[in-house]
Amino acid sequence: MNATARACVLDYGSGNVRSVANLLEYLRVEHVVSNSESSIEHATHLVLPGVGAFGAAMDMIRTRIPLPAVEAAVHENRKPFLGICVGMQVLAESGEEFGSHQGLGWIPGTVRRLHDHGLPIPQVGWNEVRTTSAAGLLGEYQTTDFYFVHSFVFEAADKANVVGTTTYGETFASIVRRDNVVGVQFHPEKSQKAGMLLLANFLRL
Amino acid sequence: MKKRRVIPVVLLKNGSLVQSVQFSSYLNLGNPVWAVKRLSEWASDELIYLDITTDNDYDTGREDLGHVKRRTFLEIIADVSKVTFMPITVGGRIRSLDDIRQRLSLGADKISINTVAFDDPAFIARAAGRFGSQCIVVSIDYKDVNGVKRVMVEGGRRDTGMHPVDWARQVEARGAGEILLNSVDRDGMKCGYDIETIAAVCASVKIPVIAQGGVGCWEHFEEALRSTAVDAVAAANVFQHTDQSVYYAKQHLYEAQHNVRAPSLISL
Repeated sequence: MNATARACVLDYGSGNVRSVANLLEYLRVEHVVSNSESSIEHATHLVLPGVGAFGAAMDMIRTRIPLPAVEAAVHENRKPFLGICVGMQVLAESGEEFGSHQGLGWIPGTVRRLHDHGLPIPQVGWNEVRTTSAAGLLGEYQTTDFYFVHSFVFEAADKANVVGTTTYGETFASIVRRDNVVGVQFHPEKSQKAGMLLLANFLRL
Repeated sequence: MKKRRVIPVVLLKNGSLVQSVQFSSYLNLGNPVWAVKRLSEWASDELIYLDITTDNDYDTGREDLGHVKRRTFLEIIADVSKVTFMPITVGGRIRSLDDIRQRLSLGADKISINTVAFDDPAFIARAAGRFGSQCIVVSIDYKDVNGVKRVMVEGGRRDTGMHPVDWARQVEARGAGEILLNSVDRDGMKCGYDIETIAAVCASVKIPVIAQGGVGCWEHFEEALRSTAVDAVAAANVFQHTDQSVYYAKQHLYEAQHNVRAPSLISL
C-alpha cells in the first residue's frame, strides 16, 4: 500500500461510510472520516462514499461538507478524488432522480435512470467492469467483477471520461475519470479483492 | 453479464455457530469467529447470517474451558463487517423498523425477515419504503404437509396453510427485493435442492430467488443453476466441514462454465 497516502473520507451521512473506513483500516491506510477543512487540507486523497437518491445526497453534501475547501483541494491542489455510487453520480452536472437536481459538475454529464430492458431495477449484484488501458485503476486486469446496487447511471457528455463500462441490458459507464477526479458506480468496499485493488491503485494516484 | 451467486449461510444460536437438521436438531460447531474467518474467504459472493436463537441466553461461554466468551448476535455482526468486504444479509428475530435500522447501521447490507412479514404483510412495504427494496429479503421456509407445500413461520414451527408460490407473489407485490427460499424437509439432509418448488417460485416472480436447503455436494448447486432461474444458490452445512470449501465449490461451478464469478482471479 501507499505508505504516504492520507485519505479523508467525506461523510454526508451515507450508510456506507463505515464500510469504506473499515476497508481503509484493513488496508492499513492512514485515514480519517471527517468533513473538517483541516482534514481536507491535510489529506492526500479524498473519498466520497454515497448511497441513496441524487437530490437528497446533494442537499446533504451542500449542508455538511465544506465544498469550497473540497473544490480547492481537487481543482487547485489536484488531490485525487474518488466518488463511490451516488458519490460518483453527483460529479455530473445534473441528476433526474425524484426531479431534476444540480450536481457538482466536475465531470460533464447527466445522471438518468437505467432503461427498462426487462431486467430488475435496481441492478443488485456482481457484474463485470471492462476498463480501457487509460484507467490504470485495475492494474493488469482488463475485466473484473464488482458489486453494484443502483437504479441510475452516469451519462458522460465526453466519452473520453468513461474509462470503465458494464452491461446490464445496456452498456453504461461504471468508471468515469477526468484528470484527478474518479467516480465508480459500484461499491469497492463490498467487492472484496477487486475493491481493494481499485482502492489501492487510487491511493497511488 | 450479471453473475449468479454462491452464498454461505451461517446459522448462529445463542452466539454459537450451529449446524441444523430439519430445523429441529442442532450440532454446535463452536466459535463463530473462526467460521467467519473461514467463510469470509474471497470466493463467497455474499454472506447470510441467521440468528436462530429462541431465547435471550447468549452468554453461555465456558471460559473455564478456554472457550472464547460468546457474544450477542449484534456484536458478532459488527465484528464481521470489519473484516468482511462483501454484501452481508442479516436475519432472525427482526420485528420492527428499528431492528432493521440497527442491523444496517452495524454494517449489514440487507436484512431478512420471515415471521413478521407473514403476520404483518404491510411491514414489508414499510421496510422497503424506508430502507429500499434492495435491502429487504423475505425468507420463505416451507415443508411438505400431506403432499402439499406449506409456508412455515416461527422457525418452521407454525404452519401458515399458504403455498410458497402464492406467498412469493405476495411478498414481491409488497416490495420485497429478494426471496430466500428454504425447504425445511431438506434442511441438513444432503439430498439436493427441491428443484420443483424452486423452479415454480422462480417462474412466479421477477425478483431474485436464493435457493437453500439440502445441498450435500457441489453437483446439487449445478442442478439448481441448470434447471431453475435462481439468481443465487445458498447452503449452510456443506460449507462447514472443510477448509476452503467455498473456494472449491466456486471453482467447480466456474470450471463447469456456470455464470459465476471466478473464485480467485486477483492477487494482491
